[in-house]
Amino acid sequence: MNDLKRVFSFIKPFRKEFLAAVIFVMAETGFELVIPLLMADIIDTGIPSRDIRYILQLGIQMSILAVLSLVTGLLYARYAAKTAMGYGAAVREAEFAKIQSYSFSNLDHFSTSSLITRLTTDITVMQNALTGGLRPMIRGPFMLVMGIFLAFLMNRKLALVFIVCTPLLGIILALIVRKVAPLYSRQQNCMDHLNRVVQENITAIRAIKAFVRGEREEERFQEANETLMDTSRTTFHYAVLNVPSFQLTMYTSIVLILWFGGNFIQAGSMKVGELTGFLSYVMQIINSLMMISNVFLMLTRSLASARRICEVFDEKPALSSPEHPTGTIRDGSIDFDHVSFKYHQNAKEYTMRDISLHIPSGSTVGIIGGTGSSKSTLVQLIPRLYDVTEGSVRVGGSDVRECPLHQLRDQVAIVLQKNVLFSGTIRENLQWGNASASDEELWEACRMACAHEFVSSFPDGLDTMLEEGGGNLSGGQRQRLCIARTLLKKPKVLIFDDSTSAVDTATEGKIRQALLALPETTKLIIAQRITSVMHADQIIILEDGRIHALGDHPSLLASDPVYQEIYASQMKGGMEDGAN
Amino acid sequence: MAQISGKKPKNLKKTFKSLLSYMGRHKLLLLLVAVLVTISAGANLLGTYMLKPLINLYIVPGDAKGLIFGVLATASIYLAGVLSSYGYTQTMVKAAQKIIYDIRRDLFQVMQQLPLSYFDTHSRGDMMSRFTNDVDTISDAMNNSFAMIIQSFIQIVGTLTLLFILNWRLSFLVVLGYLAMFAYIRYSGNRSTFYFNRQQKYLGDLNGYIEEMIQGQKVVKVFRHEEASLETFRQKNRLLREAGTQAVGYSGTMIPMVVSISYINYAVVAILGALMAIRGLTDVGSLASYLVFVRQAALPINQFTQQSNFMLAALAGAERIFDLMEEPPELDEGKIRLVNARRTEQGLEKASERTGCWAWENPADNSLTLLQGDVRFHNVTFGYLPEKDILKEISLYAKPGQKIAFVGSTGAGKTTIINLVNRFYEIKDGTITYDGIDIRTIEKASLRRSLAVVLQDTHLFSGTIADNIRFGKLDATDEEIRQAARLANADSFIRRLPLGYDTMVTGDGKNLSQGQRQLLAIARAAVADPPVLILDEATSSIDTRTESLIEKGMDRLMEGRTVFVIAHRLSTVRNSNAILVLDHGKVIERGNHDDLIAQKGVYYQLYHGMFELS
Repeated sequence: MNDLKRVFSFIKPFRKEFLAAVIFVMAETGFELVIPLLMADIIDTGIPSRDIRYILQLGIQMSILAVLSLVTGLLYARYAAKTAMGYGAAVREAEFAKIQSYSFSNLDHFSTSSLITRLTTDITVMQNALTGGLRPMIRGPFMLVMGIFLAFLMNRKLALVFIVCTPLLGIILALIVRKVAPLYSRQQNCMDHLNRVVQENITAIRAIKAFVRGEREEERFQEANETLMDTSRTTFHYAVLNVPSFQLTMYTSIVLILWFGGNFIQAGSMKVGELTGFLSYVMQIINSLMMISNVFLMLTRSLASARRICEVFDEKPALSSPEHPTGTIRDGSIDFDHVSFKYHQNAKEYTMRDISLHIPSGSTVGIIGGTGSSKSTLVQLIPRLYDVTEGSVRVGGSDVRECPLHQLRDQVAIVLQKNVLFSGTIRENLQWGNASASDEELWEACRMACAHEFVSSFPDGLDTMLEEGGGNLSGGQRQRLCIARTLLKKPKVLIFDDSTSAVDTATEGKIRQALLALPETTKLIIAQRITSVMHADQIIILEDGRIHALGDHPSLLASDPVYQEIYASQMKGGMEDGAN
Repeated sequence: MAQISGKKPKNLKKTFKSLLSYMGRHKLLLLLVAVLVTISAGANLLGTYMLKPLINLYIVPGDAKGLIFGVLATASIYLAGVLSSYGYTQTMVKAAQKIIYDIRRDLFQVMQQLPLSYFDTHSRGDMMSRFTNDVDTISDAMNNSFAMIIQSFIQIVGTLTLLFILNWRLSFLVVLGYLAMFAYIRYSGNRSTFYFNRQQKYLGDLNGYIEEMIQGQKVVKVFRHEEASLETFRQKNRLLREAGTQAVGYSGTMIPMVVSISYINYAVVAILGALMAIRGLTDVGSLASYLVFVRQAALPINQFTQQSNFMLAALAGAERIFDLMEEPPELDEGKIRLVNARRTEQGLEKASERTGCWAWENPADNSLTLLQGDVRFHNVTFGYLPEKDILKEISLYAKPGQKIAFVGSTGAGKTTIINLVNRFYEIKDGTITYDGIDIRTIEKASLRRSLAVVLQDTHLFSGTIADNIRFGKLDATDEEIRQAARLANADSFIRRLPLGYDTMVTGDGKNLSQGQRQLLAIARAAVADPPVLILDEATSSIDTRTESLIEKGMDRLMEGRTVFVIAHRLSTVRNSNAILVLDHGKVIERGNHDDLIAQKGVYYQLYHGMFELS
């Protein structure tokens, strides 16, 4: 419930609209409640006294009230919509902004798809809870109190019926809500499970067909399907009990009112009109209780969404820019000083252990190593995408934790392994690197990244639209655009994390040549292919999070067995002459 | 809430019929529901109607005994109502859940049997939404709308009938009011649909943006693009907010409008009724119960319209589901089956246990053909789309025990060939034979059981690591699983996992690296122990050193089997018996590594990195 409160607190900026909505719906309800009073008057006073004037007067009053309730109802609709939609937009924006403040480790914590659900479906659920729940939430209690109050005003003794029946229904409904609320979340879990089976099936359909595992999958699905059916049946078995209990209380009230009312009339202490007026309160009072219980049920269903949204807000950004930055990045030199790193505080093993190295400004460094040797981890510490666990990383002489984050990330540019282009034109994508780059600069970057040839072959050139993820380009073309985008930042340190894997060796060589034109820039290149790094000033071989060896190509080839092994496995038969 | 969805089914009648066939399996339960709903609604009406005799016959004349009788009669009518309400709600839950269960089961079964081409041409999200959104709307409609529509319909008809009995003159006026209400609901429903569709469009736009940005969030960070993407987000969010405010605001006007119309109607009827009572045209008791009915009638009209809209939305969902169900399943007309066999002196003999020797059994004459793994393509032409051929009159052969590699750039048709051996797709022209048998005459399950594939994207299922390896052979023992894992060099990393082989794989194996997942896939193929092995970029995510480590295991796995290999990394295919270079759906070179290097053709160029492979 705390989560609900927190998520609903985003209503604050719309306090005025919210208040207006509350006032208008209360007014509307008030007008509606008075109408039966006038009605009773018509029957009790108007008809017996045969006073046509009086009857007309009351009738006109009733119509006026109806119009008033219409006007307030319409105003309510307007302000309620403003509140609910404004509220939804506010939560969504706050959540999106929060995610923008996430660092890499925060992002690793959530899966991409779960973050997307939290920003889309969950927000919609919360917003619908407000649009659907606001009116009954205000009307319900108000009608309940007013209804009972007016009933007392009309006939004190008869109103006692409500004092008995209403709490009774209240208790029954509360019991149902308490019983059903946990069942709903169980049902939701079953549903999630079933959806997961379907999802897995759709994504892995090739494997399933290839291994002829359709029947096994059907069994798995049937199991999930049956559990879901059983849970739903139990859930709804209790949930639908509110229909008969509602009717039971309402009918009991009516029968009691008829009985006592009839007796009062016969005893002369009550009039017929009062009785009919009274009966119309039954509907109102009982209905208001139903409304309240429905709101509670709806809120329990949105509880899970609220919790998921709160988790996003609760995640603490793992790192932020220092408040009083003291460091400046003078050049492109990089120092690792006894750096150890693990992804989770409570992980047993270190991913990277005791790394110390010095990379002089302007040099080229190649990094190779097997899967899981933490090559990517090493370079991601340089632009402070993660914070070191122990030791320190210095760029241009200053500890990265003491540099202003924006300056650091502008000066240390990285081409990620899992790179992404966004829907929009090529130009828009490149401008991520430098928003104010001229066409000439854009083309220059493309030339360096060997992308100018294919970009200029498109009829629209730089204005060619890219599909989401750059789907209309080949893998190698995408990688080259990503490189061009990064080059536009004109950084002091450039990092390529396996970012030419889909580019052929000849083109890769050309890119390497072009990079030589940036003697001031330090270049770090992670690669699988030995040909990509063999020309570097120094080559780092990582193994299981440690530096296994360090040196240039000839010295490693002469002395290091691992390097020799990799070299041999890639160079079997005549590759050497191709690479040179 | 008057949430009106803009979705309407295209072919209402047909969809309704299909849905009815599902409901038909629970005819008796649904009939019971209908009967009980009628009783419940009738009791409600009759109970209200009792007000008139109660007031006129007993209360006003002061008949105390009569009052007791009247109140008891009302009470018993109501009791019948409550009991039947209990009955129909419980019965409906039972029936509805079973119907939904049946629909889900059939939908999944049909989806399982769809050909791969269907999965290629339809988005996953779209298929998922049949299971989630579409089934949900049907489920909601079954749970609520079905009974409510019957109920409100009976209430409307019943109320109107009683109104006419009580006072036919006034009733014309009431009907006029109802008609106005009804017309307004229809009109406003259409307007509302327009606004909601617009809101839906902006919502889709914003959600698309969110999806793209969150997927690229790390890139956003690296380029410090947070502010800029937040700015775009704000703009899209604002548009949605405005459209949403209009849509919700408009739909929110519906209830007050309807309620006010009913009040005005009520006031007019009250005045006229009172005047008639004064003139002696009606009595006070009739007027009292009449007015109660007038108020009551507004509710079912509103309910009926709303529920019919839900029902329409559900039918639209049902239509999408039934459309999918009507998709033709994968062709599987072959009869020849894979059986265990044993070599005897007379030749082959069928065996009931696993022998490691397999044969094709032709049920027409019970003849057995030894499974050897001889695969041939004869002038095969194929295209994923009818108008575009990917493979053009390809002929190739793989002799038993040979390792055949395919190389070529993206789109050259490497994976396609492999897909055809598995008969994932139907060829347009030519034939593919397996041990001399046309694969179209082989039962699909048998065909695929004889082949094991290691795909480029390894999908893991929720379950343990052992379960995922066992996927290759359901009855594999723990020892067999370990052996397979050792063969794939996966054993060492598995044992380092917190729970070893019992470690749960979550979310498609997000906790494993791509390379580790590929090792698992290799283990999966190893445990299946098939006569023919297909490796589609099976080692692309494994670094060269690890690859050379598993090379021995792979060699053992490939021993004595026919193997098809696709590899991006040419060092992987060097030792193949034959390398086929594909280009634009044609085999342009064939030979072993040394031959092809000597030819100095395309393979030579590829090998020396002069071409881009992706």
